[in-house]
Amino acid sequence: MKTFKMGGIHLKEYKFSAGIQIQTASIPQQAIIPLGHYLGGPSLPVVQKGDKVKVGQMIGQASGFVSANVHASVSGVVNRIDVHLDASGYKVPSVFIDVHGDEWLETIDKSAEIKRECTLSSAEIIKRITDYGIVGLGGATFPTHVKLLPPPGKKANVLIVNGVECEPYLTCDHQLMIEKGEEILVGVTILMKAIDVKQAIVGIENNKKDAIALMQKLAKTFVGIEILPLQVQYPQGGEKQLIDATIGRQVPTGTLPIEVEAVVQNVATVFAVYEAVQKNKPLFERIVTITGKSLKNHGNFLARLGTPLANIVEQAGGVPEDTGKIVAGGPMMGRALSSLEVTVAKGTSGVLFIPTLEAARKNMQNCIRCTKCVVTCPMGLEPFLLMSQSERSMWTEMENERVMDCIECGCCSFACPSNRPLLDHIRYGKSTVGKIIRTRQAKK
Amino acid sequence: MNKLIISPSPHVHSGDSVWKNMRNVIIALVPAYLAGLYFFGLGALIISFTAMLSCVVFEYLIQRYLIKGSTSITDGSALLTGLLLSFNLPSNLPVWIVIIGSLVAIGIAKMSFGGLGNNPFNPALVGRVFLLISFPAQMTSWPKPIPFNPAYLDAVTAATPLAILKGQFSEIPSTLNLFFGNMGGSMGEVSALALLIGFVYLLIRKTISWHIPISILLTVFIFTGILHLVNRELFSVSPLFHLLTGGLMLGAIFMATDYVTSPMNPRGMLIFGFGIGIITVVIRVFGSYPEGVSFAILIMNAFTPLINTLVKPKRFGEAKKA
Repeated sequence: MKTFKMGGIHLKEYKFSAGIQIQTASIPQQAIIPLGHYLGGPSLPVVQKGDKVKVGQMIGQASGFVSANVHASVSGVVNRIDVHLDASGYKVPSVFIDVHGDEWLETIDKSAEIKRECTLSSAEIIKRITDYGIVGLGGATFPTHVKLLPPPGKKANVLIVNGVECEPYLTCDHQLMIEKGEEILVGVTILMKAIDVKQAIVGIENNKKDAIALMQKLAKTFVGIEILPLQVQYPQGGEKQLIDATIGRQVPTGTLPIEVEAVVQNVATVFAVYEAVQKNKPLFERIVTITGKSLKNHGNFLARLGTPLANIVEQAGGVPEDTGKIVAGGPMMGRALSSLEVTVAKGTSGVLFIPTLEAARKNMQNCIRCTKCVVTCPMGLEPFLLMSQSERSMWTEMENERVMDCIECGCCSFACPSNRPLLDHIRYGKSTVGKIIRTRQAKK
Repeated sequence: MNKLIISPSPHVHSGDSVWKNMRNVIIALVPAYLAGLYFFGLGALIISFTAMLSCVVFEYLIQRYLIKGSTSITDGSALLTGLLLSFNLPSNLPVWIVIIGSLVAIGIAKMSFGGLGNNPFNPALVGRVFLLISFPAQMTSWPKPIPFNPAYLDAVTAATPLAILKGQFSEIPSTLNLFFGNMGGSMGEVSALALLIGFVYLLIRKTISWHIPISILLTVFIFTGILHLVNRELFSVSPLFHLLTGGLMLGAIFMATDYVTSPMNPRGMLIFGFGIGIITVVIRVFGSYPEGVSFAILIMNAFTPLINTLVKPKRFGEAKKA
């Protein structure tokens, strides 16, 4: 069975919420929709206090090419535009909407019927994706239309669909494949048309055998889609690792997947594309896994953007007694939250409750040069060295040691027997070196 | 709700620790330890306990009273250094000499450089070589292997196979005896079988990789093989003999693979192992010492920082397109 070759670790899966049918999270009394939670520039509000809005109505406009539109996830009246805490720990501009009823735009097709025929042209598909605010729902939240519009001279020859969900605990993508498999595959054909490729590969890790079986059965009714089971290994869901695992191509340093003629999209993003193109539905809701060892009712909740996480957590049985850390996302790359008043954003794949005993970091010891960080690094870097250099502000050396190749997967810190905060220092180095590079390029 | 912890990702840890790795090596050494007890009896028991205890005590005293900081003896590294030091000593070595060896290993080779992780040379080997140079007579009187020997300081001695080779004055033990360990030598080095069992255990537990031991053994095998083929009279023993005698097995599997003093990526490790193999063969065949593994490893330890600087791991994206 295929997998990526360099580095990687095997994690305990803890998929407590696997197989639990998607429930609908209750609509809050006030939705607080962030305007700039995704990669790229924040969007600009196009509504103001007092405006009446319907579900699906645009409330934020993209501020450039690498940015995305934001749409109302609830109907009601705009209370104010103000800053509010998001998963990054910072307060970001958000639209506060007092909810009245659940009135959707008339143009949205609310029916459950699966539409397979797509009559739109490639350009129209991409325009729809752009207009409806579709971003990468795997967690990176990169604006999707940017991936679909490669620079001149570059063209894809394969679409790779990420059904891997390599982070422990999270099951939103898994459940989506079980319940909306056919819609996802229609979305795949739509994207294949958009970027003009004849071949699509859907990578699914082997711990989701039911999803693999179902998708393989459904794929037979489509042309050019291959369902590829993959050996379970973290971080296989990383774009570069997935491309290596599925088609054996390694994206060269400093370049994007289009360089090896591939485009990668997460299954949830693909589903959002289906809904945008076939149902005329902008992105305003997503599935959020609520999970943790001590949680009462694990679940996969379909939640509207802007729903305070506290609301959904109530439905899942409330915060467990022994909670020491609340993470938005998965345990390897998610963000620790300071409060559950943070609301669902486009990248909120899950909320994880970690008991205090597990959450506290142990004291750091000397590096014993065991090479575990080097062995596990999927990008072939030397984390122990990068941390040393970062501590000594050796930015030029760090750039030469390819620190910008780091995908921040966390394998190094995870594996280190001396509990060294390798990724913390590497991230700091990345951010400093990134600034230096941008300054250098601006001067040119 | 309790106070929430906020720290950057990752939010889980493997649970691995320095102690767990030291413990795995200690477990891997159990077969060789039992072989040592079998062939060398009471002496083996005395020197191993002396070395382990004195290493731990010296580390504790230095850390708490000289450096005046906290102690790290619970990480098991001093214990392991003591065990490995005793494996490299003849089992009839007097207790006071063993203690001096421990002091040099821990105090000079490890603590003076900054403790675990900062030492450039393998502490146990530094201790052993110091003793060899300071007490050459005691360090080259090898007890004869007698099952569960109750004698300690007055154990009957005999020449090691390599010494026999150098001096050419008696029968070389059969290959089977060499494999099981029925020969003179350091307390822990004699049984290739027991050491290989330990090697397999370490590989299964992923504590070490195969690169260093295999490159050392292969290099020694190939070069002694070439010499043997070129001039069977001058180089009369088979390459297999070289693999099974002296401290080569012990050195290749347990001493050269010391984390702190060996290179940090597979290509570097192969070069490191190759260097150790070459130097071992040169000393054994052309030098005046019968055995050269300890010196070879220490010399290559000196090259490790250079190897780490010059030899980098393979980067993602370096490979040609499929």
